[in-house]
Amino acid sequence: MREQLQIDRIRCDGHGLCAELLPEVVALDDWGYPIIKAGTIAPALVEHARQAVDACPVLALKLARLAER
Amino acid sequence: MDRLLSGPALAAGAESFAAHQQRFGPLSSGAAPSLIGRLEANNLLGRGGAGFPVARKWRAVAERANGKGVVLANGAEGEPLSLKDRTLMGTRPHLVIDGAVLAAHAVGADDIVFYVGREHGAADAAMRHGLMERSAELRGRARLIQAPNGYVAGEESAAVHFINAGDPRPTTTPPRPFERGVGGRPTLVQNVESLAATALVARGDDAGTSLVTLSGAVRRAGVREIGLDATLAEVAASAGGLARPVQAVLLGGYFGGWAGINDVWARPLAPASLRARGHAFGCGVLHFLPEETCGVDATARIIGYLASQSARQCGPCLFGLGAIDAACRRLARRAAKPDDLKRLSRWSGELDGRGACKHPDGAVGLLRSALGVFADDYAAHQRGVCLRSAPLVGRPLAMAEAVA
Repeated sequence: MREQLQIDRIRCDGHGLCAELLPEVVALDDWGYPIIKAGTIAPALVEHARQAVDACPVLALKLARLAER
Repeated sequence: MDRLLSGPALAAGAESFAAHQQRFGPLSSGAAPSLIGRLEANNLLGRGGAGFPVARKWRAVAERANGKGVVLANGAEGEPLSLKDRTLMGTRPHLVIDGAVLAAHAVGADDIVFYVGREHGAADAAMRHGLMERSAELRGRARLIQAPNGYVAGEESAAVHFINAGDPRPTTTPPRPFERGVGGRPTLVQNVESLAATALVARGDDAGTSLVTLSGAVRRAGVREIGLDATLAEVAASAGGLARPVQAVLLGGYFGGWAGINDVWARPLAPASLRARGHAFGCGVLHFLPEETCGVDATARIIGYLASQSARQCGPCLFGLGAIDAACRRLARRAAKPDDLKRLSRWSGELDGRGACKHPDGAVGLLRSALGVFADDYAAHQRGVCLRSAPLVGRPLAMAEAVA
C-alpha cells in the first residue's frame, strides 16, 4: 500500500504538531507552516503519519492511498 | 497575421452577428463531433496562462458531463499587463460565443457561463449585446456573470466558487472543476481566446496565431495577433520597433518570468520554443524593460502587487509572499537587511505547491527569474548601490496603453 500525506492548505493554521510527530517527513517553514517531503510514506513511518493526521487540531492532514501502478 | 482579429478595424468596436456570419459563414453543426480530434491535431494550447492542451481539457469534461456539463468562458483577465481578452470580447464577441457553443456541444454541456471582468466595460457590453443577437434557444442556456476585480478571481476554482457561492477565492482541489464545478456539475473552464481559436479551427484554421499584449519600451504598445513562429524581434518590429535599448522582457505576465533580451530576441514565441529555454508564453504578455530601468525595482512592484492579491487563505502564500514582498521592497529601496538576498533566494524555492491554488507558485517563479536575469543588480542593491540611471521607485511599471 503506497500512502501519501496530503494537506488542505486552506484549513492549515500552522499549529505544527505534524512536524513534531513526523519530523522525517514534515519540516516547518519560517512562518510555522509545513513543508512536506515529496513521495510516499515509508512503511515504517505509516503509523507515525497516522498519529500526525489524528493530532492535527484543524483536520487539515490526511493519508491518501495511491492507486498501485 | 490576423485571423482572430481579422475583419473590420478594432476601433469600430464589436462586430455584429450579421457581419460575423457574412465573413465566416454559419457554424456547421457537423463540426463539433470531430472537433476535439482536430484541436488535438493542431495542438491548441490554452491561452489563459497555463498553456494546458485544450483537447485534453475538453475530453476530461466530455467523459463525465453526460449532457449536463457547464462551459465557463473565462474572460476575467485580471493580469495587469494583459488587454487581449477584453479586446477580443469587445471587438469579436461572436467568435467567443461560437467557441463556447462548440465547446458545449463537444463536451455535452447545457449551461454556458460567460465570466467577464467587471472592469472590462466595453467587453461586457459587447458580449451582452452579442448574446442578444443570438437565437432565443442559445440565450436560454447562456448567461453572463461579471467577474469581480482582482488577480485571483480568474483562477478556475475561484471562478467556480464565485458563480456558486459569490466568493471569488480559490477552493481546495480535488475536486477540480472538470470533476465538480458550477452547480456541482462537470465544468469546462476555458479562456475566451482559447474558445475563439476553437471557432476558427472548426472552420479549418490551424490555430497558428495567438494574441499578445505589448507594453514597455516598444513604440506601439497594445494588442496584436502574431504567428506563433514569429520571433520576438519580428513581433517588436511589427509594433514599430523598440523605443529605447532594452535589457530584458517579461514573458507571460506577472505569472511568467523575466528573460534577458539576448536570450529570446531571435527565438520564436511558440510555447514549445520558449519552454526549451525555461520561459513561458503564458497569457501572451510581452513587456520590454529598458536598459536604464532597474529590474530590482520593477520586480518589487510586481511582487508587491501579487502579494496584495493573495486570497489570504493559505499560510505559505499569505506570510511567505508577505515576507518576500517586504524583502523585495527593502532591496529596491537599497535599504536591505544583511540576509535579504540570501533569504529571498531560499524562500523562492520553498513556496511551490504550497497553496490551494498556484498563486504562490506564480509569484516565486517570477522572483526566481528576476534573481537570475538581474543577478548583478540584486547584488548591487544588497550593497546599497543601483547600477541603473532611472530607478522606478515611486512610479508604476509602464502599463500597456490603450488598445492598438
